[in-house]
Amino acid sequence: MDLRELYQQVIVDHNRNPRNFKELPPPCSHAEGHNPLCGDKVTVYVHVEDDVIQDVTFQGDGCAISVASASLMTEHLKGKTLSQEKDLFESVHDALTKKDSEIDLMHFGKLGVLANVKNFPMRVKCATLCWHTLEAALANQKSVTTE
Amino acid sequence: MSKSAHNLETFFDVERYRKDFPALHQEVHGKPLAYLDNAATAQKPQQVIDAISNYYSNHNSNVHRGVHTLSGRATDLYEGSREKIAKYINAKSTKEIIFTKGATEALNLLAYSFGEHAISAGDEIIVSGMEHHSNLVPWQLLCQRKNAILKILPITKKGELDLALLPELISDKTKLISVVHTSNALGTVNPIEDIINIAHTQNIPVAIDGSQALPHTAVDMQALDADFFIFTGHKMFGPTGVGVLYGKEAWLEKLPPYQGGGDMIRTVSYTHSEYNDLPYKFEAGTPNIAGVIGLGAAVDYIQNIGIHNIQAYETELLNYATEKALAFDGLNIIGQAEHKSGVLSFTIDGVHPHDIGTIVDFEGVAIRTGHHCAMPVMNFFNVPATARASFAFYNTFSEVDALFVALEKTKDMLF
Repeated sequence: MDLRELYQQVIVDHNRNPRNFKELPPPCSHAEGHNPLCGDKVTVYVHVEDDVIQDVTFQGDGCAISVASASLMTEHLKGKTLSQEKDLFESVHDALTKKDSEIDLMHFGKLGVLANVKNFPMRVKCATLCWHTLEAALANQKSVTTE
Repeated sequence: MSKSAHNLETFFDVERYRKDFPALHQEVHGKPLAYLDNAATAQKPQQVIDAISNYYSNHNSNVHRGVHTLSGRATDLYEGSREKIAKYINAKSTKEIIFTKGATEALNLLAYSFGEHAISAGDEIIVSGMEHHSNLVPWQLLCQRKNAILKILPITKKGELDLALLPELISDKTKLISVVHTSNALGTVNPIEDIINIAHTQNIPVAIDGSQALPHTAVDMQALDADFFIFTGHKMFGPTGVGVLYGKEAWLEKLPPYQGGGDMIRTVSYTHSEYNDLPYKFEAGTPNIAGVIGLGAAVDYIQNIGIHNIQAYETELLNYATEKALAFDGLNIIGQAEHKSGVLSFTIDGVHPHDIGTIVDFEGVAIRTGHHCAMPVMNFFNVPATARASFAFYNTFSEVDALFVALEKTKDMLF
């Protein structure tokens, strides 16, 4: 296995230059995600109007996988409906955490670069943290942890 | 490799000792393993593995019970370990050596039993700002239970204890000072002799968490005069699941038991129990017999090499690694105390420690990344986590080289 499968150029780029890396002012909702095991912390801000994600951003401190995953997530979800978001969350979660998952992330544009994370079981939670945090923000929970 | 380092490696026959550690001889991702995570747990020599296997294969039986031959042998091996350990740390008596399932249990035992005996509302306990969670959380729990106050002796930017502040923290309410000997997160070796002296002039007892110190340095309970001293087995080449609480006999006599059950009692009726003598008063239930025997074998093993030889070699190894770290572009050493032992904690600009851990693993190098069970220390240095290389006497100068080659690759991978 080549380490470059994990640290693909898109991931390196999004880690070095994260997109949508900013706070959104109230009244948009936000939630904090924390992985106490490695110290990753992310805050996801989301602004929804008429069931459409008008804007979604994040801030935080984490490894390349968690930062890139958050950056790619925000890029992908802007303008999507809540039901599209729900489907996507399920797909990403399924693809990364289920052993026999039949979901191919390659069908989701740039998010495809996350597909290989599942070959690095100790890093899966890095990639899924921001997605759980987004779910919490949409549900108006204040915080979520993965361990 | 520097010439002096090379000479020392020749002087200290590291290859001879490496042969004793089966787990060291393997490849990880096609590269020879460089195991630099000794502060998390150390590898075990064949002698320790054999002692455990010999007990289970030939003598397995419960201790302090039964008159049959195997029970006698098991008891002899178990108590033999206690004698070895008492002698090794120069305790006055085997009564002062209490076996626990690790340093964490030893500290919880102490916090409970000492707390029941000595702590009332408004009393104060002092710990340092560089404690492992195991020497922090049990005291927090005790303070919550008793409405007592936990005070923290601060650390400096270099990662040393700010000892000048200790006299100010001490009050007539101070009932105990509990401090780590060597920090697992920073490698700092604290001036525990000074702390004990300061405390004792005011009749305050001191507990020392020696878990990270014992694999690297000699300790002498009678010279040190600590009231309690705690260490774990697995960091000193013994098995997991065994640790020691040393306590001065006079203290242990005064403290109530931590857990009730078999072995810790002399007589029991439905309404009343009379506790057993030391150390058994604190060893309820069937102990980790194999673990204790394994720990005894680990002490034998360390003594055969000589802890002073180990210390001399490891000092050179850490100096060598520190020199390389200082020369490495973008690397920040976290914890630059004057006296350090066995630990190189660091961050690299622009690279998260978690990524460092994964990338160097692909080069066969095992290091720890994270908060090292010392979140307040991470907060103090304002880092979410660090990467930590930690050394044992079986590590080589080439393994240190391998670490820094691997660290170069983290930059190639992420920039």
